[in-house]
Amino acid sequence: MTVDVALRTTLCADERRFTLDVALRSDHRRIVLFGPSGAGKSLTLRAMAGLIVPEAGHVRVDGRTLFDAGTRVNLPPRQRGLAYVFQDYALFPHLTVAQNIGFGLRGGWLNPSRRGRDARVERWLAAFELAGVADSYPARISGGQRQRVALARALATEPKGLLLDEPFAALDPALRGRMRDELLAMQARLDLQLIVITHDPADVTALEGDTFELCEGRVVGRSRPSSRSWDHGAFPGQRPMAE
Amino acid sequence: MGAAWIPLALSLKVALWATAINLVLGVAVAFGLSRWRSPARDVVDAVLTLPLVLPPTVLGYYLLVLLGRRGRVGAWLHELGVDLVFTWQGAVIAATLVAFPLVHKAARAAFEAVDPQLESAARVLGLREAAVFFRVSLPLAARGITAGVLLAFARALGEFGATLMIAGNLPGRTQTLSVAIYTAVQAGDDRSAALMVAVTSVTCVAVLLLAGRLAPDPVRRMRP
Repeated sequence: MTVDVALRTTLCADERRFTLDVALRSDHRRIVLFGPSGAGKSLTLRAMAGLIVPEAGHVRVDGRTLFDAGTRVNLPPRQRGLAYVFQDYALFPHLTVAQNIGFGLRGGWLNPSRRGRDARVERWLAAFELAGVADSYPARISGGQRQRVALARALATEPKGLLLDEPFAALDPALRGRMRDELLAMQARLDLQLIVITHDPADVTALEGDTFELCEGRVVGRSRPSSRSWDHGAFPGQRPMAE
Repeated sequence: MGAAWIPLALSLKVALWATAINLVLGVAVAFGLSRWRSPARDVVDAVLTLPLVLPPTVLGYYLLVLLGRRGRVGAWLHELGVDLVFTWQGAVIAATLVAFPLVHKAARAAFEAVDPQLESAARVLGLREAAVFFRVSLPLAARGITAGVLLAFARALGEFGATLMIAGNLPGRTQTLSVAIYTAVQAGDDRSAALMVAVTSVTCVAVLLLAGRLAPDPVRRMRP
Protein backbone atom coordinates (compact mmCIF):
# COMPACT_ATOMS: atom_id res chain seq x y z
CA MET A 1 0.00 0.00 0.00
CA THR A 2 1.33 3.40 -0.93
CA VAL A 3 0.69 6.41 1.21
CA ASP A 4 1.31 9.68 -0.58
CA VAL A 5 0.71 12.89 1.32
CA ALA A 6 1.57 16.47 0.46
CA LEU A 7 -0.03 19.19 2.53
CA ARG A 8 0.24 22.89 3.06
CA THR A 9 -1.91 24.88 5.41
CA THR A 10 -1.53 27.85 7.71
CA LEU A 11 -3.18 28.23 11.07
CA CYS A 12 -3.51 31.52 12.89
CA ALA A 13 -4.40 31.78 16.54
CA ASP A 14 -3.85 34.96 18.61
CA GLU A 15 -0.87 36.47 16.80
CA ARG A 16 0.71 33.04 16.34
CA ARG A 17 1.07 31.68 12.83
CA PHE A 18 1.89 28.09 12.16
CA THR A 19 2.57 26.82 8.67
CA LEU A 20 2.41 23.12 7.98
CA ASP A 21 4.20 22.16 4.79
CA VAL A 22 4.95 18.46 4.60
CA ALA A 23 5.38 15.88 1.88
CA LEU A 24 5.81 12.20 2.53
CA ARG A 25 5.50 9.14 0.40
CA SER A 26 6.10 5.59 1.48
CA ASP A 27 5.30 1.99 0.60
CA HIS A 28 6.11 0.75 4.08
CA ARG A 29 3.32 -0.83 6.15
CA ARG A 30 4.39 1.15 9.20
CA ILE A 31 4.92 4.86 8.83
CA VAL A 32 6.12 6.79 11.85
CA LEU A 33 5.88 10.55 12.26
CA PHE A 34 8.46 11.54 14.83
CA GLY A 35 9.16 14.94 16.35
CA PRO A 36 8.64 17.28 19.28
CA SER A 37 5.21 18.54 20.22
CA GLY A 38 4.11 21.43 18.06
CA ALA A 39 5.85 19.98 15.00
CA GLY A 40 2.61 19.47 13.11
CA LYS A 41 2.31 15.69 13.48
CA SER A 42 -1.27 15.68 14.74
CA LEU A 43 -2.29 18.28 12.17
CA THR A 44 -0.91 16.03 9.41
CA LEU A 45 -2.86 13.08 10.76
CA ARG A 46 -6.07 15.09 11.11
CA ALA A 47 -5.75 16.29 7.53
CA MET A 48 -5.29 12.70 6.33
CA ALA A 49 -8.45 11.65 8.21
CA GLY A 50 -10.41 14.56 6.75
CA LEU A 51 -10.97 16.36 10.05
CA ILE A 52 -9.38 19.53 8.71
CA VAL A 53 -9.19 20.82 5.15
CA PRO A 54 -5.69 21.91 4.09
CA GLU A 55 -5.21 24.85 1.72
CA ALA A 56 -3.16 22.90 -0.80
CA GLY A 57 -1.86 19.44 -1.52
CA HIS A 58 -3.23 15.94 -1.76
CA VAL A 59 -3.74 12.74 0.22
CA ARG A 60 -3.62 9.45 -1.64
CA VAL A 61 -3.80 6.04 -0.01
CA ASP A 62 -3.37 2.88 -2.03
CA GLY A 63 -3.89 4.78 -5.29
CA ARG A 64 -7.17 6.28 -4.11
CA THR A 65 -7.40 10.06 -3.89
CA LEU A 66 -8.92 11.11 -0.58
CA PHE A 67 -8.12 14.77 -0.93
CA ASP A 68 -6.81 16.93 -3.74
CA ALA A 69 -6.95 20.70 -3.53
CA GLY A 70 -6.24 20.98 -7.29
CA THR A 71 -9.18 18.88 -8.46
CA ARG A 72 -11.36 19.79 -5.44
CA VAL A 73 -11.66 16.25 -4.21
CA ASN A 74 -12.37 16.12 -0.49
CA LEU A 75 -13.94 12.91 0.79
CA PRO A 76 -15.67 13.20 4.17
CA PRO A 77 -13.99 11.26 7.01
CA ARG A 78 -16.56 8.45 6.82
CA GLN A 79 -15.59 7.60 3.23
CA ARG A 80 -11.82 7.55 3.70
CA GLY A 81 -11.47 4.04 5.10
CA LEU A 82 -9.08 5.29 7.77
CA ALA A 83 -9.57 4.78 11.48
CA TYR A 84 -8.18 7.16 14.06
CA VAL A 85 -7.03 6.50 17.61
CA PHE A 86 -6.86 9.83 19.41
CA GLN A 87 -4.16 10.68 21.92
CA ASP A 88 -6.61 10.76 24.84
CA TYR A 89 -8.62 7.97 23.13
CA ALA A 90 -11.81 10.09 22.85
CA LEU A 91 -14.01 7.30 24.18
CA PHE A 92 -17.68 8.22 24.40
CA PRO A 93 -18.25 8.80 28.13
CA HIS A 94 -22.01 8.20 27.88
CA LEU A 95 -21.61 4.73 26.35
CA THR A 96 -20.38 1.46 27.81
CA VAL A 97 -17.25 -0.31 26.57
CA ALA A 98 -19.37 -2.62 24.38
CA GLN A 99 -21.38 0.29 23.00
CA ASN A 100 -18.16 2.19 22.23
CA ILE A 101 -16.77 -0.76 20.29
CA GLY A 102 -20.04 -1.21 18.40
CA PHE A 103 -20.36 2.53 17.67
CA GLY A 104 -19.04 2.48 14.11
CA LEU A 105 -20.84 -0.75 13.20
CA ARG A 106 -24.14 1.03 13.22
CA GLY A 107 -25.21 3.90 10.95
CA GLY A 108 -28.32 5.92 11.65
CA TRP A 109 -29.34 8.14 14.53
CA LEU A 110 -29.36 5.64 17.39
CA ASN A 111 -26.47 4.35 19.45
CA PRO A 112 -26.00 0.59 19.79
CA SER A 113 -28.26 -0.76 22.51
CA ARG A 114 -26.89 -1.72 25.89
CA ARG A 115 -28.24 -5.23 25.60
CA GLY A 116 -28.24 -7.51 22.57
CA ARG A 117 -24.67 -7.15 21.37
CA ASP A 118 -23.47 -7.62 17.83
CA ALA A 119 -21.43 -10.82 17.30
CA ARG A 120 -18.57 -8.70 15.95
CA VAL A 121 -18.52 -6.69 19.20
CA GLU A 122 -18.27 -9.94 21.16
CA ARG A 123 -15.31 -10.99 19.03
CA TRP A 124 -13.45 -7.72 19.63
CA LEU A 125 -14.22 -7.84 23.36
CA ALA A 126 -12.68 -11.30 23.49
CA ALA A 127 -9.71 -10.41 21.29
CA PHE A 128 -8.71 -7.48 23.52
CA GLU A 129 -9.58 -9.20 26.82
CA LEU A 130 -12.32 -6.69 27.55
CA ALA A 131 -15.23 -9.07 28.14
CA GLY A 132 -15.05 -8.45 31.91
CA VAL A 133 -15.58 -4.70 31.55
CA ALA A 134 -18.01 -4.81 28.58
CA ASP A 135 -20.77 -3.08 30.55
CA SER A 136 -18.54 -0.57 32.34
CA TYR A 137 -18.27 3.09 31.41
CA PRO A 138 -14.88 4.38 30.19
CA ALA A 139 -14.40 6.38 33.39
CA ARG A 140 -14.37 3.14 35.38
CA ILE A 141 -11.65 1.22 33.55
CA SER A 142 -7.84 1.41 33.57
CA GLY A 143 -5.66 3.32 31.14
CA GLY A 144 -4.53 0.19 29.35
CA GLN A 145 -8.11 -0.99 29.00
CA ARG A 146 -9.12 2.40 27.63
CA GLN A 147 -6.49 2.16 24.97
CA ARG A 148 -7.64 -1.31 23.99
CA VAL A 149 -11.23 -0.06 23.75
CA ALA A 150 -10.07 2.77 21.47
CA LEU A 151 -8.18 0.27 19.29
CA ALA A 152 -11.07 -2.19 19.17
CA ARG A 153 -13.54 0.59 18.34
CA ALA A 154 -11.31 1.76 15.48
CA LEU A 155 -10.62 -1.72 14.12
CA ALA A 156 -14.25 -2.88 14.31
CA THR A 157 -15.04 -0.67 11.30
CA GLU A 158 -12.49 -2.72 9.27
CA PRO A 159 -10.39 0.21 8.08
CA LYS A 160 -7.66 0.01 5.43
CA GLY A 161 -5.36 2.08 7.57
CA LEU A 162 -5.07 3.00 11.22
CA LEU A 163 -3.87 6.42 12.32
CA LEU A 164 -2.53 6.51 15.88
CA ASP A 165 -1.78 9.76 17.68
CA GLU A 166 0.81 9.19 20.44
CA PRO A 167 -0.73 5.81 21.28
CA PHE A 168 1.64 5.04 24.15
CA ALA A 169 2.16 8.48 25.71
CA ALA A 170 -0.59 8.12 28.31
CA LEU A 171 0.58 4.69 29.52
CA ASP A 172 3.08 3.93 32.26
CA PRO A 173 6.44 2.56 31.03
CA ALA A 174 5.74 -1.09 31.92
CA LEU A 175 2.47 -1.09 30.00
CA ARG A 176 3.99 0.85 27.10
CA GLY A 177 6.24 -2.00 26.00
CA ARG A 178 3.43 -4.51 26.21
CA MET A 179 1.03 -2.36 24.18
CA ARG A 180 3.73 -1.83 21.49
CA ASP A 181 4.07 -5.60 21.16
CA GLU A 182 0.30 -6.00 21.06
CA LEU A 183 0.01 -3.40 18.31
CA LEU A 184 2.68 -5.09 16.19
CA ALA A 185 1.13 -8.53 16.71
CA MET A 186 -2.26 -7.16 15.74
CA GLN A 187 -0.87 -5.60 12.58
CA ALA A 188 0.69 -8.92 11.58
CA ARG A 189 -2.70 -10.60 11.98
CA LEU A 190 -4.83 -8.01 10.22
CA ASP A 191 -2.64 -6.82 7.34
CA LEU A 192 -3.22 -3.18 8.13
CA GLN A 193 -1.45 0.03 7.19
CA LEU A 194 -0.26 1.85 10.32
CA ILE A 195 0.61 5.51 10.61
CA VAL A 196 1.88 6.31 14.09
CA ILE A 197 2.78 9.63 15.70
CA THR A 198 5.32 9.69 18.49
CA HIS A 199 7.78 11.97 20.25
CA ASP A 200 9.48 9.03 21.98
CA PRO A 201 12.68 7.67 20.35
CA ALA A 202 12.00 4.31 22.05
CA ASP A 203 8.79 3.99 20.00
CA VAL A 204 10.73 4.72 16.81
CA THR A 205 13.18 1.93 17.58
CA ALA A 206 10.50 -0.57 18.58
CA LEU A 207 8.15 0.07 15.68
CA GLU A 208 10.86 -0.31 12.98
CA GLY A 209 8.85 1.73 10.51
CA ASP A 210 9.61 4.20 7.76
CA THR A 211 10.20 7.20 9.97
CA PHE A 212 9.73 10.82 9.00
CA GLU A 213 11.04 13.44 11.38
CA LEU A 214 8.96 16.59 11.63
CA CYS A 215 9.96 19.92 13.07
CA GLU A 216 8.12 23.24 12.97
CA GLY A 217 5.72 22.08 10.31
CA ARG A 218 8.31 20.53 7.97
CA VAL A 219 9.83 17.15 7.29
CA VAL A 220 13.47 17.43 8.30
CA GLY A 221 14.66 13.85 8.16
CA ARG A 222 13.84 10.31 7.19
CA SER A 223 15.02 6.96 8.41
CA ARG A 224 14.12 3.81 6.50
CA PRO A 225 13.98 0.62 8.51
CA SER A 226 16.68 -1.04 6.37
CA SER A 227 19.23 1.75 6.63
CA ARG A 228 19.06 2.27 10.41
CA SER A 229 20.44 5.76 10.02
CA TRP A 230 18.99 9.20 9.63
CA ASP A 231 19.11 10.86 6.24
CA HIS A 232 18.93 14.60 6.39
CA GLY A 233 20.59 15.19 3.03
CA ALA A 234 17.33 15.28 1.14
CA PHE A 235 16.08 18.12 3.28
CA PRO A 236 18.61 20.94 2.82
CA GLY A 237 18.45 23.97 5.00
CA GLN A 238 16.78 22.16 7.89
CA ARG A 239 18.53 21.33 11.09
CA PRO A 240 17.68 17.92 12.52
CA MET A 241 16.23 17.92 16.00
CA ALA A 242 17.36 14.50 17.12
CA GLU A 243 19.70 11.79 15.93
CA MET B 1 -62.95 26.51 44.96
CA GLY B 2 -63.56 24.42 41.87
CA ALA B 3 -63.07 27.49 39.71
CA ALA B 4 -59.34 27.49 40.54
CA TRP B 5 -58.72 24.30 38.59
CA ILE B 6 -59.81 25.72 35.25
CA PRO B 7 -57.10 28.41 35.08
CA LEU B 8 -54.59 25.89 36.49
CA ALA B 9 -55.37 23.41 33.73
CA LEU B 10 -55.13 26.16 31.12
CA SER B 11 -51.80 27.37 32.55
CA LEU B 12 -50.42 23.83 32.44
CA LYS B 13 -51.60 23.39 28.85
CA VAL B 14 -50.03 26.69 27.78
CA ALA B 15 -46.78 26.04 29.66
CA LEU B 16 -46.45 22.50 28.29
CA TRP B 17 -46.96 23.66 24.71
CA ALA B 18 -44.53 26.55 25.18
CA THR B 19 -41.95 24.19 26.70
CA ALA B 20 -42.31 21.65 23.89
CA ILE B 21 -41.81 24.37 21.26
CA ASN B 22 -38.84 25.80 23.15
CA LEU B 23 -37.26 22.37 23.51
CA VAL B 24 -37.06 21.97 19.73
CA LEU B 25 -36.46 25.63 18.85
CA GLY B 26 -34.07 26.45 21.69
CA VAL B 27 -31.93 23.36 21.14
CA ALA B 28 -31.78 23.85 17.37
CA VAL B 29 -30.84 27.54 17.62
CA ALA B 30 -28.33 26.90 20.43
CA PHE B 31 -26.61 24.13 18.48
CA GLY B 32 -26.52 26.28 15.33
CA LEU B 33 -25.06 29.25 17.21
CA SER B 34 -22.50 27.16 19.08
CA ARG B 35 -21.04 26.04 15.71
CA TRP B 36 -21.33 29.36 13.93
CA ARG B 37 -18.15 31.39 13.63
CA SER B 38 -19.11 34.94 12.76
CA PRO B 39 -18.94 38.41 14.34
CA ALA B 40 -22.73 38.62 13.86
CA ARG B 41 -23.13 35.81 16.37
CA ASP B 42 -22.99 38.12 19.40
CA VAL B 43 -25.66 40.38 17.90
CA VAL B 44 -27.98 37.45 17.22
CA ASP B 45 -27.31 36.15 20.72
CA ALA B 46 -28.17 39.54 22.26
CA VAL B 47 -31.45 39.76 20.31
CA LEU B 48 -32.39 36.22 21.37
CA THR B 49 -31.68 37.10 25.02
CA LEU B 50 -33.81 40.27 24.91
CA PRO B 51 -37.01 38.61 26.25
CA LEU B 52 -35.11 37.96 29.49
CA VAL B 53 -34.60 41.68 30.19
CA LEU B 54 -37.41 43.46 28.34
CA PRO B 55 -40.58 44.17 30.36
CA PRO B 56 -43.20 41.54 29.42
CA THR B 57 -45.61 44.33 28.49
CA VAL B 58 -43.16 45.53 25.86
CA LEU B 59 -43.00 42.01 24.43
CA GLY B 60 -46.80 41.84 24.56
CA TYR B 61 -46.97 45.10 22.64
CA TYR B 62 -44.59 43.82 19.97
CA LEU B 63 -46.69 40.67 19.66
CA LEU B 64 -49.91 42.67 19.32
CA VAL B 65 -48.40 44.87 16.63
CA LEU B 66 -47.07 41.83 14.79
CA LEU B 67 -49.90 39.35 15.24
CA GLY B 68 -52.95 41.64 15.50
CA ARG B 69 -55.23 41.75 12.48
CA ARG B 70 -53.62 44.95 11.31
CA GLY B 71 -50.10 43.56 11.78
CA ARG B 72 -48.07 42.12 8.91
CA VAL B 73 -48.08 38.54 10.12
CA GLY B 74 -51.50 38.82 11.75
CA ALA B 75 -53.20 39.99 8.53
CA TRP B 76 -51.60 37.14 6.60
CA LEU B 77 -52.63 34.61 9.25
CA HIS B 78 -56.18 36.03 9.25
CA GLU B 79 -56.39 35.33 5.51
CA LEU B 80 -55.56 31.72 6.34
CA GLY B 81 -58.28 31.72 8.98
CA VAL B 82 -55.94 31.83 11.98
CA ASP B 83 -56.45 34.40 14.72
CA LEU B 84 -54.01 34.43 17.62
CA VAL B 85 -55.10 37.49 19.57
CA PHE B 86 -57.41 36.61 22.50
CA THR B 87 -56.84 32.86 22.10
CA TRP B 88 -54.95 30.34 24.23
CA GLN B 89 -52.63 29.79 21.27
CA GLY B 90 -51.69 33.48 21.59
CA ALA B 91 -50.86 32.80 25.24
CA VAL B 92 -48.61 29.92 24.10
CA ILE B 93 -46.70 32.30 21.82
CA ALA B 94 -46.24 34.82 24.64
CA ALA B 95 -45.07 32.11 27.07
CA THR B 96 -42.73 30.61 24.44
CA LEU B 97 -41.12 33.96 23.78
CA VAL B 98 -40.42 34.90 27.40
CA ALA B 99 -39.07 31.43 28.27
CA PHE B 100 -36.97 30.95 25.11
CA PRO B 101 -33.72 32.56 26.41
CA LEU B 102 -33.64 30.15 29.37
CA VAL B 103 -33.54 27.08 27.11
CA HIS B 104 -31.27 28.76 24.61
CA LYS B 105 -28.66 29.87 27.16
CA ALA B 106 -28.56 26.52 28.94
CA ALA B 107 -28.42 24.50 25.72
CA ARG B 108 -25.70 26.66 24.23
CA ALA B 109 -23.48 26.32 27.31
CA ALA B 110 -24.10 22.56 27.28
CA PHE B 111 -23.19 22.18 23.59
CA GLU B 112 -20.05 24.29 23.98
CA ALA B 113 -18.94 22.04 26.83
CA VAL B 114 -18.99 18.94 24.61
CA ASP B 115 -15.44 17.90 23.70
CA PRO B 116 -15.08 18.49 19.92
CA GLN B 117 -12.70 15.52 19.80
CA LEU B 118 -15.63 13.20 20.56
CA GLU B 119 -17.52 14.58 17.57
CA SER B 120 -14.42 14.09 15.41
CA ALA B 121 -14.16 10.51 16.66
CA ALA B 122 -17.77 9.86 15.62
CA ARG B 123 -17.12 11.28 12.14
CA VAL B 124 -14.07 9.09 11.62
CA LEU B 125 -16.10 6.09 12.78
CA GLY B 126 -18.39 6.65 9.81
CA LEU B 127 -21.22 8.88 11.04
CA ARG B 128 -22.97 11.61 9.10
CA GLU B 129 -23.37 15.04 10.71
CA ALA B 130 -27.00 14.44 11.76
CA ALA B 131 -26.03 11.14 13.39
CA VAL B 132 -23.11 12.83 15.21
CA PHE B 133 -25.63 15.29 16.65
CA PHE B 134 -28.14 12.69 17.83
CA ARG B 135 -25.62 10.11 19.07
CA VAL B 136 -22.87 12.26 20.60
CA SER B 137 -23.56 16.01 20.94
CA LEU B 138 -27.17 15.79 22.13
CA PRO B 139 -26.76 13.00 24.73
CA LEU B 140 -23.69 14.73 26.20
CA ALA B 141 -25.54 18.06 26.42
CA ALA B 142 -28.79 16.48 27.66
CA ARG B 143 -28.38 17.33 31.35
CA GLY B 144 -27.74 21.01 30.76
CA ILE B 145 -30.60 21.20 28.28
CA THR B 146 -33.01 19.49 30.70
CA ALA B 147 -32.18 21.99 33.44
CA GLY B 148 -32.86 24.88 31.04
CA VAL B 149 -36.11 23.33 29.87
CA LEU B 150 -37.37 22.92 33.46
CA LEU B 151 -36.60 26.58 34.21
CA ALA B 152 -38.39 27.56 31.01
CA PHE B 153 -41.42 25.54 32.07
CA ALA B 154 -41.57 27.37 35.41
CA ARG B 155 -41.18 30.71 33.66
CA ALA B 156 -43.92 29.87 31.14
CA LEU B 157 -46.23 28.74 33.92
CA GLY B 158 -45.96 32.10 35.67
CA GLU B 159 -46.12 34.32 32.57
CA PHE B 160 -48.39 37.33 33.13
CA GLY B 161 -47.69 40.58 31.29
CA ALA B 162 -47.26 39.51 27.69
CA THR B 163 -50.03 36.93 28.07
CA LEU B 164 -52.49 39.52 29.34
CA MET B 165 -51.74 41.80 26.39
CA ILE B 166 -51.98 39.25 23.60
CA ALA B 167 -54.46 36.71 25.00
CA GLY B 168 -56.49 38.88 27.32
CA ASN B 169 -58.41 37.74 30.38
CA LEU B 170 -61.31 35.60 29.17
CA PRO B 171 -62.36 33.20 31.99
CA GLY B 172 -62.18 29.59 30.85
CA ARG B 173 -60.55 30.49 27.53
CA THR B 174 -57.44 32.61 28.03
CA GLN B 175 -57.45 33.27 31.77
CA THR B 176 -54.29 31.56 32.98
CA LEU B 177 -53.39 31.05 36.63
CA SER B 178 -51.38 34.24 37.13
CA VAL B 179 -54.03 36.31 35.35
CA ALA B 180 -56.76 34.64 37.41
CA ILE B 181 -54.89 35.48 40.64
CA TYR B 182 -54.76 39.12 39.62
CA THR B 183 -58.47 39.09 38.79
CA ALA B 184 -59.39 37.34 42.05
CA VAL B 185 -57.42 39.86 44.13
CA GLN B 186 -59.02 42.75 42.26
CA ALA B 187 -62.46 41.23 42.96
CA GLY B 188 -61.65 40.72 46.67
CA ASP B 189 -61.91 36.91 46.35
CA ASP B 190 -59.04 36.16 48.75
CA ARG B 191 -59.85 32.45 49.20
CA SER B 192 -59.44 31.69 45.47
CA ALA B 193 -56.39 33.92 45.23
CA ALA B 194 -54.69 32.21 48.19
CA LEU B 195 -55.36 28.73 46.80
CA MET B 196 -54.01 29.61 43.36
CA VAL B 197 -50.97 31.35 44.83
CA ALA B 198 -50.22 28.24 46.91
CA VAL B 199 -50.55 25.93 43.89
CA THR B 200 -48.29 28.15 41.77
CA SER B 201 -45.66 28.47 44.50
CA VAL B 202 -45.48 24.74 45.19
CA THR B 203 -45.23 23.91 41.48
CA CYS B 204 -42.44 26.44 40.92
CA VAL B 205 -40.44 25.30 43.96
CA ALA B 206 -40.71 21.67 42.81
CA VAL B 207 -39.52 22.55 39.31
CA LEU B 208 -36.60 24.62 40.65
CA LEU B 209 -35.52 21.79 42.95
CA LEU B 210 -35.56 19.40 40.02
CA ALA B 211 -33.63 21.84 37.83
CA GLY B 212 -31.09 22.42 40.60
CA ARG B 213 -30.42 18.71 40.84
CA LEU B 214 -29.76 18.52 37.13
CA ALA B 215 -28.02 21.79 36.34
CA PRO B 216 -24.54 21.66 37.90
CA ASP B 217 -22.79 18.46 37.08
CA PRO B 218 -19.63 18.44 39.18
CA VAL B 219 -19.14 14.71 39.67
CA ARG B 220 -20.06 13.20 36.40
CA ARG B 221 -20.53 9.48 36.60
CA MET B 222 -19.22 9.26 33.05
CA ARG B 223 -16.18 11.53 33.13
CA PRO B 224 -12.82 9.83 33.58
